[in-house]
Amino acid sequence: MTPESWGRIPRLRPAAVVPLHWAEPAALAGRAAPILAHGLGRSYGDACLNEGGTLLLTRGLDRFLALDEAAGTLTCEAGVSLAEILTLVVPRGWFLPVVPGTQHVTVGGAIANDVHGKNHHRAGTFGGQVRWLELLRSTGEVLRCSPDGNRELFAATVGGLGLTGLVLRAGLSLRRIATTRVAAESLPLRDLSEFFAGSAESDQRFEYTVAWIDCLASGARLGRGILHRGNHAAGPGPLAWRSGSRLSVPFELPFSPLGRLTLGAFNALYHAAHRGAGARAVEARGFFFPLDGVARWNRIYGRAGFFQFQCQVPPPAAPEALRALLATIARSGQGSFLAVLKNFGAAPSPGLLSFPREGTTLALDFPDRGERTARLFRELHAVVADHRGRIYSAKDAHMSPAQFAAQHREALPAFRAQVDPAFSSSLWRRVTGG
Amino acid sequence: MAEPGRVLVLGATSAMAQACARLWAGRGASLLLVGRNPDRLEAVAADLRVRGAARVETLAADLAPLEGQGALLDQAWARLGAPDVVLLAQGLLADSDACEASAELTARVLQLDFTATALLAQEAALRLARRGAGTVVAISSVAGDRGRQSNYAYGAAKGGLSLFLEGLRNRMFRQGVRILTVKPGFVDSPMTAHLRRNALFASPETVGRAVVRAVDRGRDRIYVPGFWLPVMLVVRHVPGWIWKRLRL
Repeated sequence: MTPESWGRIPRLRPAAVVPLHWAEPAALAGRAAPILAHGLGRSYGDACLNEGGTLLLTRGLDRFLALDEAAGTLTCEAGVSLAEILTLVVPRGWFLPVVPGTQHVTVGGAIANDVHGKNHHRAGTFGGQVRWLELLRSTGEVLRCSPDGNRELFAATVGGLGLTGLVLRAGLSLRRIATTRVAAESLPLRDLSEFFAGSAESDQRFEYTVAWIDCLASGARLGRGILHRGNHAAGPGPLAWRSGSRLSVPFELPFSPLGRLTLGAFNALYHAAHRGAGARAVEARGFFFPLDGVARWNRIYGRAGFFQFQCQVPPPAAPEALRALLATIARSGQGSFLAVLKNFGAAPSPGLLSFPREGTTLALDFPDRGERTARLFRELHAVVADHRGRIYSAKDAHMSPAQFAAQHREALPAFRAQVDPAFSSSLWRRVTGG
Repeated sequence: MAEPGRVLVLGATSAMAQACARLWAGRGASLLLVGRNPDRLEAVAADLRVRGAARVETLAADLAPLEGQGALLDQAWARLGAPDVVLLAQGLLADSDACEASAELTARVLQLDFTATALLAQEAALRLARRGAGTVVAISSVAGDRGRQSNYAYGAAKGGLSLFLEGLRNRMFRQGVRILTVKPGFVDSPMTAHLRRNALFASPETVGRAVVRAVDRGRDRIYVPGFWLPVMLVVRHVPGWIWKRLRL
């Protein structure tokens, strides 16, 4: 089977697919350029694809190396998934300080995309929790990179889209938890201004905040949604982890059941179900990874596949930009059942090309309806550009080279200096023209 | 061996051996890992320690030679103590085209997959018999149930090994030593990297879970996944005059 990205489009065939099993210098010997590592394929567009090149499958690099409970650190190979880490450390009272919306990503992928979570305003990005990493370059050199040593290469590798070499191993920070319970609250939002007010207030009191927005609501109800917020509960309480899913989508549906009517009904129901849910204790797994409950959920979009749009806009322009984006999406009627809104914190990201930066981020899925969808993306990207915003490369399939150059203008020369000449990706060739 | 015990793993860097060892490590077992590549052995050992093994040691040795099995096992016994389980997971897969191009390769397949492994199984069983307890687990293959044009040398070695193990089990029955023959089908591992993946492939983790359960239950022989049992039942009964015409 040809490796896919999570959106399942674009479909781009590599010339060679090589499963790796050992984190050793020989892993790159004799591989034909351009090379790219591919983990669990959870990035959406073409960031994890390499048309005509070599894809190195890293899931076989799945060994733990050390768990130091005195220092609160875990060392592992780059193909270990966050789910495997949580299964190991949660029963011992540890958790990962930053987790994205799915636990089924590899450590290498989390570093290469410098992923973030619902606690960005407190904890920053995943890369900030990486104490060091070991990078294999196409020269056969293995370099240990950290904020203290090989600093430039570390900053280029975190968020570096896999272009600086193959991450072999990494040392990660862990954090203590007393229980897997999360003290969660849901706050109904009537419109966009309530999101900004609610977020500002919640970010003071809650480690984790994220809003779900009904992107079919328009006019006075534009930005209607729910703000989910929570803290790790104080103990004592259960400390157990189950990473598997009870449900799965066994095959791709021949057409997408997600039309305007079904989405509208779902969104209205979801809104009603969560209105006034108030304070309650929930399990961490459902709180952090609600979509992991259904394995392979990306198949519900059918054969056509789907795109994700995720942007960030800086603070002063954020309310105006989001109003324009949400109005455009509502007008198009193409939005998905999941639109996520969150305020990033002010802490600088550790990677040269890291996506998170102070401001507001919006993310949602669009089933591919051909030219209609392409036109919508052009409109949305224009709004982002007008407000000096950013597009998240890990989710992207539409960004123009001009947008990529503009959003990384300051960091791009330093980044290019660290890129391994044997490494490339379909995304990189698309947004840089080579 | 539901409670923590001692496990000797030969061919410890193989995908199936690692999958089994992770499950035993999670129960707090002590393990001695034997294989050729010391760096890879050390990577596997570190992983097993994190996963809960009480103690993990490594011993770099080539398992292919036709002599020295007794000395190697004596060394292992001295390092680990008498094991509860000895897992034989070393192996070499080569197809008929490659074997016909090199008699030397054919000899290596027959030697490692049959002779050397059979000698290790015998020597291990005799040592376990002194204590009157323990299990020898050997990874054979469904390929050993019938000779096929595509890999007859490998199939013959595995078929011979299965037969050897059956006799050894019979011999050891009154001595309290169990012999478990594991017959996997296609497994998604480095050994089969050259084969196209299809629905028949099982993960090393599936094999690992089946092996550990079979050791716990004192089984004699398992097919993994289980669907191979009825499939091979049919395959073994296909008449020879038809079988020779097939392109399997």
